[in-house]
Amino acid sequence: MTALFDINQLLDEMEAGLRRTLEQRGVTDPALIGIRTGGVWLADVLGKRLGIETPFGELDISFYRDDFSRIGLNPKVKPSSLPFDTEGRDILLIDDVIMSGRTIRAAMNEIFDYGRPASIILATLVDLGSRELPVQPDVVGQVLELGAHQRVKLRGPEPLRIELQESGQS
Amino acid sequence: MTANDHSPNHLQLTRGGQLRHFLTLDGLSRELLTDILDTADSFIEVGTRSIKKVPLLRGRTVVNLFFEPSTRTRSTFELAAKRLSADVLNLDISTSATSKGESLSDTLLNLEAMASDMFVVRHSQSGAPHFIAESVTPGVAIINAGDGRHSHPTQAMLDMLTIRQNKGGFEGLKVAIVGDVLHSRVARSQIRALNELGVEEVRVIAPGTLLPRDVESLGCTVEYDMERGMKDLDVVIMLRLQNERMEGALLPSEREFFRLYGLTEDKLALAKPDCIVMHPGPINRGVEIESSVADGPQSVILSQVTNGIAIRMAVMSMAMGGQMSERQQAQTENEGSRA
Repeated sequence: MTALFDINQLLDEMEAGLRRTLEQRGVTDPALIGIRTGGVWLADVLGKRLGIETPFGELDISFYRDDFSRIGLNPKVKPSSLPFDTEGRDILLIDDVIMSGRTIRAAMNEIFDYGRPASIILATLVDLGSRELPVQPDVVGQVLELGAHQRVKLRGPEPLRIELQESGQS
Repeated sequence: MTANDHSPNHLQLTRGGQLRHFLTLDGLSRELLTDILDTADSFIEVGTRSIKKVPLLRGRTVVNLFFEPSTRTRSTFELAAKRLSADVLNLDISTSATSKGESLSDTLLNLEAMASDMFVVRHSQSGAPHFIAESVTPGVAIINAGDGRHSHPTQAMLDMLTIRQNKGGFEGLKVAIVGDVLHSRVARSQIRALNELGVEEVRVIAPGTLLPRDVESLGCTVEYDMERGMKDLDVVIMLRLQNERMEGALLPSEREFFRLYGLTEDKLALAKPDCIVMHPGPINRGVEIESSVADGPQSVILSQVTNGIAIRMAVMSMAMGGQMSERQQAQTENEGSRA
């Protein structure tokens, strides 16, 4: 079963939340980083909406995952690319879905290896709860509560849409 | 050369097809070789960061076990392990315990007792890394850093990475390997990798005395005349003349060898204008390659060295990952059967 969400409404929510947060923090020249793959699509869209001219960065966190010792290396890892200096920069970190918080921890570890940012603001399209680490997004498009066998997945990049999947047994 | 009639893959791959040792390119699929190259590409990017380290092998111990001297291979393996955040122990065995009479098995048992997670092995005997992989404690990964005349798989893969960087791919390429093929473990691994990755032609250029018997069966054409052999080449790989491995008189003289098989600007001009020049090092200037060619615009010899670090990071992290996921799986199955 697939249910469609109104992606534009969620993006409006994220854009408004980001504008609010940037103003509150007094950040005038942020740089965007999207986490592969969904976060990169969102960074592209949000960068245009917010009028951010610095090209956005793409992060592949495969080398920083905390489950390497359980599942090994992701064979489809791609190079990260940050086309700006993170040192002293205000960063907008974007991902599609937040759940355990482990991806964000890995992403922050990776960002710091490029240089020490001045600040990081975290925005996600969907928050599914079920946190395992003390990591909370500053901006969320929508909070969702899913059944045990349900998953959400962002499809894209053109057009962007959210799919709700029933995964059967596990 | 060791006779490996059976596929070596029961040893170097997990049931799921992940790498768990890296012993030889024999039997590895184009898909896996491409995964190694892609992973190495991502590690090249890591080398450009302010902190050139990722935490994949943090808390793991890597032992460089070199029974034969090496500078470049050993130091790039060491740097690769350190960039993966591993602790590294360098053991130069030729000057160590074995000279006091300790057997290879005893040396290994002692190193395993130090809770090592990976051995990078260079040995003058073909098959030594296989032997170690067969007897080592489960969970410990073995990486072949060159064994006898058999294989040198990380060198071949860094060469493939260098070719892909410069040529964009492998399809339609004509590649020549020139010089002392007989004593070269690198050449064997290169021929295997080039064929698996789908180049159009692998050509070996050498005097008959420096070619192994039935060299064509490795998957290459043979040319004894270098000037004819240079025609239409996209890539020329020079091999080092391995004086230290030569028994008896295979060559009239180094000067004669250079005249016939040394890569000069004149000979290089016979290849395609964008032909790249490679050499696994160390270079014997004026023996197999002219200085002006080694330092010239078509030479990619130094990027081979840089790529060596990324390739070694890739195979080390992939093999360690395979070992750990296998251990995890065994544990899960164990718990399942107990429940």
